[in-house]
Order: sequence, then C-alpha cells, then structure tokens
Amino acid sequence: MKLESMYQEVILDHYKHPHGRGLRDGDAEVHHVNPTCGDEITLRVKYDGETIADVSYEGQGCSISQASASVLNELLVGKELSQAQKIQDAFLELMQSKGQLEPDDAMEEVLEDAVAFAGVSKYPARVKCALLSWMAWKDATAKALSEGKTA
Amino acid sequence: MTDARQGLTGLLDTEAIRKDFPILDRTVHDGKKIVYLDSAATSQKPRQVLDALNEYYERHNANVHRGVYTIAEEATALYEGARDKVAAFINAPSRDEVIFTKNASESLNLVANMLGWADEPYRVDRETEIVTTEMEHHSNIVPWQLLSQRTGAKLKWFGITDDGRLDLSNIDEIITEKTKIVSFTLVSNILGTVNPVEQIIRRAQQVGALVCIDASQAAPHMVLDVQALQADFVAFTGHKMVGPTGIGVLWGRQELLEDLPPFLGGGEMIETVSMHSSTYAPAPHKFEAGTPPIAQAVGLGAAVDYLSAIGMEKIHQHEKAITEYAVKRLLEVPDLRIIGPATAEDRGATISFTLGDIHPHDVGQVLDEMGIAVRVGHHCARPVCLRYGIPATTRASFYLYSTPAEVDALVDGLEHVRNFFG
Repeated sequence: MKLESMYQEVILDHYKHPHGRGLRDGDAEVHHVNPTCGDEITLRVKYDGETIADVSYEGQGCSISQASASVLNELLVGKELSQAQKIQDAFLELMQSKGQLEPDDAMEEVLEDAVAFAGVSKYPARVKCALLSWMAWKDATAKALSEGKTA
Repeated sequence: MTDARQGLTGLLDTEAIRKDFPILDRTVHDGKKIVYLDSAATSQKPRQVLDALNEYYERHNANVHRGVYTIAEEATALYEGARDKVAAFINAPSRDEVIFTKNASESLNLVANMLGWADEPYRVDRETEIVTTEMEHHSNIVPWQLLSQRTGAKLKWFGITDDGRLDLSNIDEIITEKTKIVSFTLVSNILGTVNPVEQIIRRAQQVGALVCIDASQAAPHMVLDVQALQADFVAFTGHKMVGPTGIGVLWGRQELLEDLPPFLGGGEMIETVSMHSSTYAPAPHKFEAGTPPIAQAVGLGAAVDYLSAIGMEKIHQHEKAITEYAVKRLLEVPDLRIIGPATAEDRGATISFTLGDIHPHDVGQVLDEMGIAVRVGHHCARPVCLRYGIPATTRASFYLYSTPAEVDALVDGLEHVRNFFG
C-alpha cells in the first residue's frame, strides 16, 4: 500500500516520541507557518561557535511536520554548521524529487532517519509539511549569523 | 444497511442524478471508487453543464456585445440569456441587477471598492464603521480589512458562540449609527451554520446601513430569493453550484448600482470615451469591464437549469436528511468532536470535526487512500480555528449527489484512521 511508503514506522515513531521538543534558550528564534494547512512552528537555534548546541522547537501540525522537526533535532544538534548545511541540502533535494529519487548509501549516510521521508516526496501537498522545520532552521540560522552570535 | 439509515426521508434519486456526473464514476488508488465529500470547496459538474460549455465553443464562440455577424449575436444572446436564468433563479426584480464576476471573492471586493470610492451617502471613511463576523471566509474579511485600512473606517465584527452560532447579544453595540455596511455569510463554509439574516438586517435597516450577504454556501443548496432576504447585495460563485469555475455573481439593488461608481475600467463598461473623460454604461455593464467569462456564464446558465429542474427545495430536503444522518453517525465515532452546531438544525450540509489528537492532514491522507475526498485545513476561515483553539479541521460536505452510503464510507474510513494512528 502506498500509504505505508509515506507513514514509515520511523516517521510515526518520531511523531509519537519527538526528540528535543520544547523551547529552550537560543541565539535566534523564528516562527514559520504553512498557510495552506495551518501548521506552525516556533524554532530556536543555539550555537557554540560553529557547532549547533541546540535546536529547540514548539508547534502544532501533522505527523509529517512534527516528525520532521524531531528528526531535524536528532540529526543537527552537535553538528558543525557546514555539515548541517549539507544535510539540509540533501534533505531538500530528496523532498523535491517527486518520489523519483531512490536514496543511495551515500545519501542514507548523510540523512540517517531522514531518508524515511523519501515516500513523502510523492505527495506534493505534504512536502511543505516535511520542510516546515527545515526552512525554519535555515531562517533561524541566518538570523543568528547576521546577529553575529556564531563565530 | 445500518439501522440509522432507516427512516431517512426526502432523499433524491441519487442513482439517477449520479449518472449525470461522469467524475463520480472515477476510481483512484487501485480501483477505489471516489467518495467525493468536498462540495463546499467546489461541486462536481453534470454532463449538461459540460455539454453547454463544449457546444458554446464548438458552435457559437465570438465576443459579446460587438459583432453584427450571426455567431456574435448568438454568443451575446447566450451570455445575456444566462443572466436571465440567474436573475430568475434568485428572484431578482430585474435582470440588470445581476453582475457577472470571476467568483464570489471578486463580487465582495467589488462591493468594498464601490463603497470606498462612493460619494455620500454611501461613502466609507474614517468617521464610519464596517461590520462583518468572525465566521466569515477570508474573502469576506480581507476586502473589508483593505477598505478599512485605506479609508480609516473602523472594522467591527460579531463573535461566535461555543456552539457555532453568531453571537448577536451585543448587536446594538456592533451595528450603530456609524455603520455603513454589514457584510456576513448566509451559511458558514466551515461550521455549516445557517445565520439569522432577519435579525441582522432589521438592525442594519434601523441605522441605515447597507447589507451584503455572502451566499456562496447558500445558493447551491437552498432556495435563494434576494427579495425575501431584503439585503442590498448578494454574492455567490458558479463553481460551487455545479457550474464551471471562473464565473461569479453579484446581485445588487438597482438604485444602488445606478448610484455607486464603477471599480474596474475598460471596454464594455463605457457609454462614450474621450481623452478627457468617459461616461459609463448602465448596470450591470458598468461593472463588467473587459471581455467577460462568456463560456463560463453560459455554463452557469446550464447549471441553474439543471438545479431548477430538480428543484432547490428538494435539494435542500435531500441535504437536510443526509446532514442529519451524518451528524448522528459521526457522533458515534470515538474522540470525534464536531466544530459547529452539533445538530442538523439551522445548518447546511457541511460538517467540520476534529478526531482526537490526530491532525486533519493525517486524517485526510489516510481517507484519500480509501478514495474518500475531504477537505483538511482552516478552510480559508482561520479566525474560526483560532476561536476554537484548533489548528485545523477535517471537513466533509455534501451535495445533491451525496448518499447515505458515502456517509457510512466516511465513518468506516475514520475508524481506519484511528487504528492507523492509534
């Protein structure tokens, strides 16, 4: 069934048991919404030099958007900014692939749990849900950088 | 058949009606028959409307009100004939009171702009007030916000009660001597509520305010009589009433249409033009600048014929029966909360609900896999979601082709959704 390709176990697991949920101290905060469905996220980033010390978030939304924020937290916290940007790029590429991209080993190594979202890319209406937290993270990071909070 | 289905009266012969709608035979996701429960967003189109569109383009296509040749005159007669049909459908005193627009949003924006540019006594300015409600579709909020921002007029609104009705307890404070226009929906697109028109109009008339009614969710589903309503403007759209997209209607009282200024300028809306100034054609043409949506108007005419042949009162009774049944069955689903009136009294065939903590997006996605099409989100009525502290709802809406079996399919589908995310 096609539906299971979207709602992978790993996604449902992140949805039911989210990582790093809740707002904590940060260098910059952004609030992003998905106007078509009303999903919302408030996200903060905390940098320790070039290292992502924390990504904290709060919001409401569907399983895909919530699981995606959880995966983002798990994947990016502790990483160097340059590495995190590579992960973000890879995730964006996967989500924009319209289901045509079969993640290879190299991609899986970069994206870890996030490869589970490959199935979501087949559903155009849901791609924005998966990208909500990632766009918020990118925005928050740009804000933190412009305010000179990172090295 | 479930027990609850017994005793349903007033249903239309949906078996016959559904044969007119080719799309209802479609299957999705490996042969699942489509269960279309999103008619509040847009209705499906019967063969009769599709044929009218085709026939227009294949045999009569020409621009209107211009050519002297045969097909141009045919096109004009068809376009103006559609206006006659719509005028009769809403019991307008005059066909010249029916303005064709692109959709209901354009109709409402047109009213807001007529008033924004009007002279006294209609003029909206910083000394005056505009009234709407918290229950509106964004298309009946944003045009008034824009008018308010541009003129300095104060925007006020009625709130909503816990059970999904307009809170009119402070009507005398909301509608005052300063009020120039009261604009509200006849039937809510998210809650399904049918609003008490009379009480609002009576108060508006007391203070000399104009009344604009958004009938987008009413015109497809019930007898719409603009004379009985006693409003000054009534807006609705064609695509929700088995017509094509791209055609809307604004009905306005004749003397207002004569007095109020045009909004869009261009061809068709003029009487004479010089480089210094122009004079305008009488209504409705004054408000129809440029080549109009001709084929779409013809399609709407065919839609009106289709609905009238079945009978709006019969359609209303059918939907009432379906809604009663749907409310009853949905309330059997554990954790389901109806957002809006929890009974079928004074409500249209639109039911919004939440299902436990499961996000409507996820509900809609799983239902889609079963072939069931519902709308999820805030339904262009975000203030309503804010009012009830929810991000979104799942909305099922019914029409003349909807069946009790489709209600059952929805209820079964929701059971599956609960298991999937349980």
